[in-house]
Amino acid sequence: MLDVKGISKSFGAGSTAKEVLSGLSLSVADGEFVSLIGPSGSGKSTLFSLIGGLQTPSSGRIAVGGEDITGKTGHIAYMPQQASLLPWRTVSGNIELALRIAGHGDKASIKATAQKWLEAVGLGEYCNAYPHVLSGGMAQRVSFLRALLSPQPLMLLDEPFGALDALTRLQMQQWLLSIWEKHRRSVLLITHSIEEALQLSDRVLVLSASPGTIVDEIIVPFERPRREDLWTDNRWSELKGRIYNGLQGAGGGV
Amino acid sequence: MGNKKNSSWSAIWPPAAVLAALLLFWQSAVSLGWVQAWRIPAPIAVVQEAIAIWPRLMMHAGYTLQLTLIGFGGGAAAGFVLAALLHLLPGVRRGVYPLFVLSQNVPIVILGPIMTMLFGYGLLPKVLLVIMVCFFPVVVAMLSGLSHADPALRHYLQMIGAGKWTLFWRLELPGSLVHLFSGLKIAVSYSVVSAVFAELLAPKNGLGGFMVLSSRGFMPERSFAAALLIIIVSLLLFGLIVWCERFVVKWRPKAEGGSSHA
Repeated sequence: MLDVKGISKSFGAGSTAKEVLSGLSLSVADGEFVSLIGPSGSGKSTLFSLIGGLQTPSSGRIAVGGEDITGKTGHIAYMPQQASLLPWRTVSGNIELALRIAGHGDKASIKATAQKWLEAVGLGEYCNAYPHVLSGGMAQRVSFLRALLSPQPLMLLDEPFGALDALTRLQMQQWLLSIWEKHRRSVLLITHSIEEALQLSDRVLVLSASPGTIVDEIIVPFERPRREDLWTDNRWSELKGRIYNGLQGAGGGV
Repeated sequence: MGNKKNSSWSAIWPPAAVLAALLLFWQSAVSLGWVQAWRIPAPIAVVQEAIAIWPRLMMHAGYTLQLTLIGFGGGAAAGFVLAALLHLLPGVRRGVYPLFVLSQNVPIVILGPIMTMLFGYGLLPKVLLVIMVCFFPVVVAMLSGLSHADPALRHYLQMIGAGKWTLFWRLELPGSLVHLFSGLKIAVSYSVVSAVFAELLAPKNGLGGFMVLSSRGFMPERSFAAALLIIIVSLLLFGLIVWCERFVVKWRPKAEGGSSHA
């Protein structure tokens, strides 16, 4: 699905140039959930800007579904850390706008889709409300739906629950899993949380600090649908330890 | 609900009481002969005079309102369009915008006599003056709104593939409406002042002209009645803009909307 091949990115030029990513390669298969975990300054945000096409890499190629998208925008569905709902559009209107920017032409059908899904996740009564009435968790649910319903096959989730309190965060992870396991999409998730990465993903990639490069890859062995009490599994703490050590070796705390 | 009513009442009565006390003091000052009535007329006399010449006052108020609305509408529309153009053409903006800011330091009303010299005593020079006065606050507020779009929203929209036009229509323009209205509120107050000033230059029609002719003719009650009406027109137009803002910018939380012009 997603193929990132030998991406390097430097900012500045000459002796002051700073290499943020160095020869990074990764891939996400169809319907696979991959997490990217790394210390601050490992170039995670830069990587997302590159995949999103907002910046072009100094070298290397990015392809989605076999098509080269290096430096091209509009090929991914995106869920940022802040819900980023337009305050002047209703909850449903925000979802509809994302689908229209993605090239959906049929207004009536996207409206019906948005409303059907909002009802399905228990936000039906907020369809025509403005986003300021939503709680942080509700806003992130809308933001996730907006990305899920977008027609692009690859979803980039950029620390989607980073700004939520611990309890809401756990609930949101379960909620996201319950939807994603029924409606599988290719997902690349950036996170700071080892538990979140293990709970959600099929594979975890550990990134080193600047310049960012992949130092470890963990295939998460837990069967799907995932149990809520994975931490009772012996392998949980073993994998947690392995990722933790990887991050320590990668230079700096989480 | 009841609570809200109470709080708005408690906000209204103190200034209302002070105003009533001032009017009472003014009335007694004239009635008791502390000041001569030909110098400062009593409030009751002003109201009586206003009722007596009501049709003429209304005719002049009509002229002033017409001039204000044409000038304000023209100035606001020109300001809106120019702000959008300058925003979409950053190169032009870099050349033109500093000059706009500089020109704001020139009190536009001093151009009044020049406009009269160039365009005579008709409606045109007056309208042009009001347009020029209203134009600047709208351009400045709107441009600031357009260029201060939320960076997180911009980043999100760019990531999902929004181009320059989509960003303008979906993000920058709706996001600048709050700024636009703060510019419009300034402009509408200016528009009444500048319309009255323009009428002073050619005092044939309008409240400004009526006021200056009345004071020259030693009819202070009429001058005060005209002044009172100018204040009322100004407040009404300001209220109209606030009302429009509530209607257009309806996505904001109630608490914010209530204190928007505080």
